Amino acid sequence: MGGKHYLPLSDEDRREMLSTIGVDSIEDLFSDIPKEVRLQRELDLPPALSEMEAINHLSALAAKNRNLGECTSFMGAGVYDHFIPSVIKHVTGRSEFYTSYTPYQAEISQGILQAIFEYQTMICQLTGMEVANASMYDGGTAVAEGAIMGCGATRRSKALVSQSVSPFYRAVLSNYFNSRGLELEEIPMKEGKTDFASLEEMVDETVASVILQTPNFFGLIEEMNGVADVVHKHKAVLIVSTDPLSLPLLQPPGDYGADIVVGEGQSLGVPPSFGGPLLGIMAARKKFMRQLPGRISGETVDKDGNRGYVMALQTREQHIRREKATSNICTNEALVALAAAVYMATMGPQGMREVAEQCMQKAAYAREKITALDGYELVYPGYNFKEFAVKVPGKPEELNNALLQKNILGGVDISPFYPELENTMLFATTEKRTCEEIDTLVRELEGWK
Amino acid sequence: MRKPKALIFEMGRSGRCGYSLPENDVPEKPVDQLLPESMKRSEPLDLPELSEVEVIRHYTELSTRNFGVDTGFYPLGSCTMKYNPKVNEEVAVLPGFASLHPCQPEETVQGAMELYYNMEQCLNEITGMERFTMQPSAGAHGELTGLMLIQAYHRHRGDYQRNKVLVPITAHGTNPASVTMAGYEVIQVPSDERGNVDLEALKEVVDETTSALMLTNPSTLGLFEEEILDMAKVVHDAGGLLYYDGANMNAIMGYTRPGDMGFDVVHLNLHKTMSAPHGCGGPGSGPVGVKERLVPFLPVPLVEKENDRYYFNYDLPESIGKVQSFYGNFGVVVKAYNYVRMMGAKGLKQASADAVINSNYLATLLQKHYHIPYDRLRKHEFVVSAKPEAKKGAGAADIAKALLDRGFHPPTMYFPLIVDEALMTEPNETESKETLDAYAMAMEEIAKDIEEDAEKVASSPHYTVVGRLDEVRAAKNPVLRWEKE
Repeated sequence: MGGKHYLPLSDEDRREMLSTIGVDSIEDLFSDIPKEVRLQRELDLPPALSEMEAINHLSALAAKNRNLGECTSFMGAGVYDHFIPSVIKHVTGRSEFYTSYTPYQAEISQGILQAIFEYQTMICQLTGMEVANASMYDGGTAVAEGAIMGCGATRRSKALVSQSVSPFYRAVLSNYFNSRGLELEEIPMKEGKTDFASLEEMVDETVASVILQTPNFFGLIEEMNGVADVVHKHKAVLIVSTDPLSLPLLQPPGDYGADIVVGEGQSLGVPPSFGGPLLGIMAARKKFMRQLPGRISGETVDKDGNRGYVMALQTREQHIRREKATSNICTNEALVALAAAVYMATMGPQGMREVAEQCMQKAAYAREKITALDGYELVYPGYNFKEFAVKVPGKPEELNNALLQKNILGGVDISPFYPELENTMLFATTEKRTCEEIDTLVRELEGWK
Repeated sequence: MRKPKALIFEMGRSGRCGYSLPENDVPEKPVDQLLPESMKRSEPLDLPELSEVEVIRHYTELSTRNFGVDTGFYPLGSCTMKYNPKVNEEVAVLPGFASLHPCQPEETVQGAMELYYNMEQCLNEITGMERFTMQPSAGAHGELTGLMLIQAYHRHRGDYQRNKVLVPITAHGTNPASVTMAGYEVIQVPSDERGNVDLEALKEVVDETTSALMLTNPSTLGLFEEEILDMAKVVHDAGGLLYYDGANMNAIMGYTRPGDMGFDVVHLNLHKTMSAPHGCGGPGSGPVGVKERLVPFLPVPLVEKENDRYYFNYDLPESIGKVQSFYGNFGVVVKAYNYVRMMGAKGLKQASADAVINSNYLATLLQKHYHIPYDRLRKHEFVVSAKPEAKKGAGAADIAKALLDRGFHPPTMYFPLIVDEALMTEPNETESKETLDAYAMAMEEIAKDIEEDAEKVASSPHYTVVGRLDEVRAAKNPVLRWEKE
């Protein structure tokens, strides 16, 4: 039998315990299951593996993949190959953290409650918001929950989302809205950024929220000044999706009047993991705090006046409010939020800024070199953070296959999401990419076809 | 025991640094050329400045102020806090899994796709379902996804009048919350005297507006719904579907399957049943399985196998779309897959058997000192009612806090709602008889303490790093972030 080493009961234990219970056999304990639905055979699963065999099997599966450590990656589109300091895995690997559950019992959960309280503060510092929650599943679900929150706060049922918001996020958003019977309209783009004139035209008193992303899906920094005025004029809320790693450099959304800030926090020390676990960021103005979904850690005192932390505002949540809760979220991404907090603590303001600057400088360098090549065109002008869209002289899939021969993971093919953009790829550069690696990419692109 | 702990913002000093980065080696451009003034952050970012050793000491100290499964017994009901095998943690961080970009060409991620494919086969078999999606990131996310699938199914048939979902009063809070998220109205179904869903009451509320019944079986009372087949028939006859909340699947693996009970949609919590850790509250993974008639609506993409090659199938015209940006919490699925492969069919069945033995054994021991309503066989959990104790001056929360002083994580408090002063207790299969005996002893002591000096129990905990925390104050005067004085 597999997994014996996880099952402490011996046969003798079982016999003694069954006798204490007052039944003759294990089967007796299952006699309340109607005969008609009892499984009359053994489950048909692959044979059990010992620990050694399991490691071999999983290692063999892992070896069939080409991981980012084995090649040079220029893939982005929401998930990036950033450097992760060793400190992080040593903290998240503390079993007092990773083997615990949601901190329902505050007195023995002060560790994670304080860490989350600190994380919330860091997210507020980054975004210029007043409150943040303990995490959502990922950037896509954070956008969707932010939009639902916007509808709740305004009692309106329509959201406007820019086409420059990640198509991955819009897919999740439109699904959530469709299910709930909420209305979603897309704001068209102009030169790869939200068309401000259209936005102005579309927003009215039926609109709950306007959802923008900066840096947007094409890596472009959107012009945000003035947007909030238009949105607020109609008493709608401005929701901004952002990459937290851009914020040491960029104007924080709080400065230009955002009401709710969401985003993908994978940049903050989280491995790409084939797209999950990721980290949904959610922050807002204080006036929306009772509309926030999910867990929030709050400061309080114990009976002797000592500072301590508890899960705050639980009356918003499903375990108390049931169908009237602000969201159904229960399990979140707490351990990933802890990783992000450790990342921010380790990097500090200087390190965060340095990473952001290197990303930006390297993207500028790569963009200039690549778009100087014959047949490669910059799709949209503007200021890029760490990625940029390029029209390439052929099928992106074929180009990526050619690059793979040289151990390069090329760009993300974004043509499927924007039919008007034929043969267009998104190239991302993080602080990990060296000048030499970028030059090699440029050489390979030049030599292709 | 009381130990104050500084916030990270109260530590460190300007000029300290905990990182090391290589020099930028591309020719630098003036920042003004890359970013106009109007787009720049004007105030410097206010984050702590710490050396690496300070960071490590801070978080290590925080970790000592936390209680996990590795610290001790954690009988939190409906959360299945089983041991998290260490080997799972090791395989999940293999670079071949953790360092994969979700947009890599399929040829470069065949191993990851094979893992998804294999896991799906295992989950299909364990639950009796046709296909699974791994996209939902948690149990509640799975519930929402499942309801979206049910909605898509009805809508596809042109059946738009089904706007209600039936939810038993004993259901997890996420169930009604998910129903609202999916735009449905919740209809609550009461329980009968045996603790089952009241079949007659169910018959009364089921009609042509019923979209689905959501059910946890065994229920949060730890009781198997004995009339499940009748319930399924009532709902199906009216054109509704059955949704299975898999939070309590740990009780029945290898004994019965949701698919065989008549359920059309199932979610599992891989972070409960399949041993992936809970990580202070997440990440989890809530795969959703469906019967054949719901397959066309599953989120894109599905992982398919052709000859020896795996590929993502986006060609599902009736699909609801996506519920997560990529393919779900892959890292969690890796851990769960490793567990399923190590347990095998016999191991999983024994896990459920032992979980049920432990639950019935502990209930038998506690019954001598506490009231446990519904005197019948339990599955993996049972609910103590501390109503008599509350009358003496120390209720469920006080007993819970007294357990903290004795080194145990308490059960889930005040749930399910139909039991007064509930302590929902789930001792899973990875706990030894000695641990259960020690817990029962502690509960007996607490019962005695309440007889002798209820106030002592009501003022617990006495030996934790902070005393009983003031939740009312936190609610009335929320302080949700640190601020510079």
